[in-house]
Amino acid sequence: MVFEKELNLDATELRLGLPGSSEESLRISNKRALPDMNDDSGVAAAKKCDQETAPPTKAQVVGWPPIRSYRKNSLQTKKTEAETGGMYVKVSMDGAPYLRKIDLKVYKGYPELFKALEDMFKFKVGKYSEREGYNGSEFVPTYEDKDGDWMLVGDVPWEMFINACKRLRIVRGSEARGLGCVV
Amino acid sequence: MAEQMSDDDERQQSPPSDLDFTSNRARTCIVTGSVSGHTEFQSPYPDQVLENVLENVLHFLTSRRDRNSASLVCKSWYRVEALTRSELFIGNCYAVSPGRATARFTRVRALHLKGRPRFADFNLMPPDWGAHFNPWVLAFAKACPWLEKVYLKRMSVTDDDLATLAESFLGFKELVLVCCDGFGTSGLAIFVSKCRQLKVLDLIESEVSDDETDWVSCFPEGESHLESLIFDCVECPINFEALERLVARSSSLKKLSLNRYVSIGQLYRLMVQAPQLTHLGTGSFSPTEIAGQGDQEPDYVTAFAACKSLVCLSGFREIIPDFLPAIYPICANLTSLNFSYANITAEQLKPIISNCHKLQVFWVLDSICDEGLQAVAATCKELRELRVFPVDAREDSDGPVSEVGFQAISEGCRKLQSILYFCQRMTNAAVIAMSRNCPDLVVFRLCIMGRHRPDHVTGEPMDDGFGAIVMNCKKLTRLAVSGLLTDKAFDYIGRYGKLVRTLSVAFAGDSDMALKYVLEGCPQLQKLEIRDSPFGDAALCSGLHHYYNMRFLWMSSCRLTHQGCQQIARAMPRLVVEVIRFADEEEMDDCVQTLYMYRSLEGPRNDAPKFVTIL
Repeated sequence: MVFEKELNLDATELRLGLPGSSEESLRISNKRALPDMNDDSGVAAAKKCDQETAPPTKAQVVGWPPIRSYRKNSLQTKKTEAETGGMYVKVSMDGAPYLRKIDLKVYKGYPELFKALEDMFKFKVGKYSEREGYNGSEFVPTYEDKDGDWMLVGDVPWEMFINACKRLRIVRGSEARGLGCVV
Repeated sequence: MAEQMSDDDERQQSPPSDLDFTSNRARTCIVTGSVSGHTEFQSPYPDQVLENVLENVLHFLTSRRDRNSASLVCKSWYRVEALTRSELFIGNCYAVSPGRATARFTRVRALHLKGRPRFADFNLMPPDWGAHFNPWVLAFAKACPWLEKVYLKRMSVTDDDLATLAESFLGFKELVLVCCDGFGTSGLAIFVSKCRQLKVLDLIESEVSDDETDWVSCFPEGESHLESLIFDCVECPINFEALERLVARSSSLKKLSLNRYVSIGQLYRLMVQAPQLTHLGTGSFSPTEIAGQGDQEPDYVTAFAACKSLVCLSGFREIIPDFLPAIYPICANLTSLNFSYANITAEQLKPIISNCHKLQVFWVLDSICDEGLQAVAATCKELRELRVFPVDAREDSDGPVSEVGFQAISEGCRKLQSILYFCQRMTNAAVIAMSRNCPDLVVFRLCIMGRHRPDHVTGEPMDDGFGAIVMNCKKLTRLAVSGLLTDKAFDYIGRYGKLVRTLSVAFAGDSDMALKYVLEGCPQLQKLEIRDSPFGDAALCSGLHHYYNMRFLWMSSCRLTHQGCQQIARAMPRLVVEVIRFADEEEMDDCVQTLYMYRSLEGPRNDAPKFVTIL
């Protein structure tokens, strides 16, 4: 028992799954139950039966357990915001025929975000200043916050921004002149 | 709100006839000379008297089954019954065409339609399978202009359909959309702006696309007739000021369910305007990000206390548990409480639930653990319906609830009629206990999330547990099974489940015998949905005697072949046999991925997408 714990088999275990997801998910079922699970001998035996009759991998099956995606998503949005899951927001640009989606968690700060947006939509973000917003570009990045207000990207610290940002919109410079300060 | 979700409100048996119905109101009889248009055998006068009398009498017939029986007596009764049916229920929108329905029932005031099969909710069917509301709304617009109420479940409704609805029916009063999709906020905007008599707009677990239209502002100005506005499933921000004004001018408003974009501060403002509410969905139940410093916190407790008629509470979409004490004043009055989006602990639940002595319907997340369920069992002696949903809906996650909470409920809540319970482990003993403690069970749905999982104490299959349920719960009409099950469980179901109308099976059974037991043993079976179970063509054939009595059969990832399904299709001309395959599937072998078959008067539908083959 002690020997096994020192080896820390969990950490080196090969599994399919996003980093940070629960140990129990997507586990290949040939593995023996870990000592810290139900130590009922009945369970160990049951698990064995389970393995013999179950399909070869315990990968997630479509539509099982039977929870409507609506319900799953409602709880997911809270979970992923709390954990290290993705934080996808829609991005629209005036004049573009369709929207894109990006994962804000992927970027470490505004510079990376702007670079990604510039690559995606083929435009240039201007130079940011607190007083004047963005100078030197026709396009200005804005975002909708949790209150439904449209704000200029860059005014608040990055962490606060990614938690408040619901969607992004790249507006034409002329429309964005009204923005520039947080109400 | 909770009651609308229960699929087992059909207390009566659905007879072989394709059309069912519910209650109608008595109305003054309009005497017309020629009701049918063609002359009958006897002289006209006695016939007229008979039909007038019949019309008045039949108005009082409320049950679907009674009305169907009445319509079979003779032609005269058939005609009069058709004229006096004001509420039309069609359990499968493809069982009968809109034209046929409107031709027979010309004075329908309420239409209740169901579309997709339930397993479509779990991504077991590609989207765009069908169940379009469009042909129905067009047919009814032409034939039944007095239509006032439409209730749709699992149907695709477009923005245009909503516009047609609002424009074609001048007195339209009630729209209820459950698990529907295909429309957006612009459709809602047109609908609400044109329905001047609207009393009820209930959007329940439907997918509403965000066209960025401010639909709440589109309600007409002036006094509103709204009695119920439920939009908690609408996943986009709304114009709160417009909503506030709407609530202020809706003096009849009794039911209001907000979406998660409404903060608790905004909720407060609405509650102050509408203390007469009986049903409330609280929205996010958390404050907005930027709370003003030094702003006075509204007196939530007083706001709740003022709602003396509040009996049904839901919402809590992004709950901050610190605000829970606000609802203490109304707990004692609550008959229905929906915490199924609130990730709260047993400790947070206890002060609430210990006051909910009148509670009959309780939906909750398994975050409350067995301990929370024990608290429910200790207080909620009137509980009729319990649903426990998983926070973590994965097969191998930790299970915070188990047979311990389950058994506690069975011991404390003896009047239980309906249970839906998700868990990771269960024992036969606990299920047997519930079968004995709760003899009034009508709906029993147990979902042991790990596939093929046996009794975790004995290692045995779960056969005996489910066997006890069908044996002891004599009123059982709906059953969903799970865990490790052999053919024996199905033998029990066939032998004792004589009233079972709906059966859901997943990853269960050993052989064809299991399905045979059920098809041969359950005379009331209407809806059978099976996935990933080893049942083949022989089993399918054993149900030939019964398929015309059923609404549908769904079998996916079983052992059916094209040949077997063809046999059924040939033997039963009034059955539509659909074989559905997913896009990326190889067409090579004879195996049928998904079979969905249903009785129908119309034959193969003409709107089937490419991935559906009708045999």
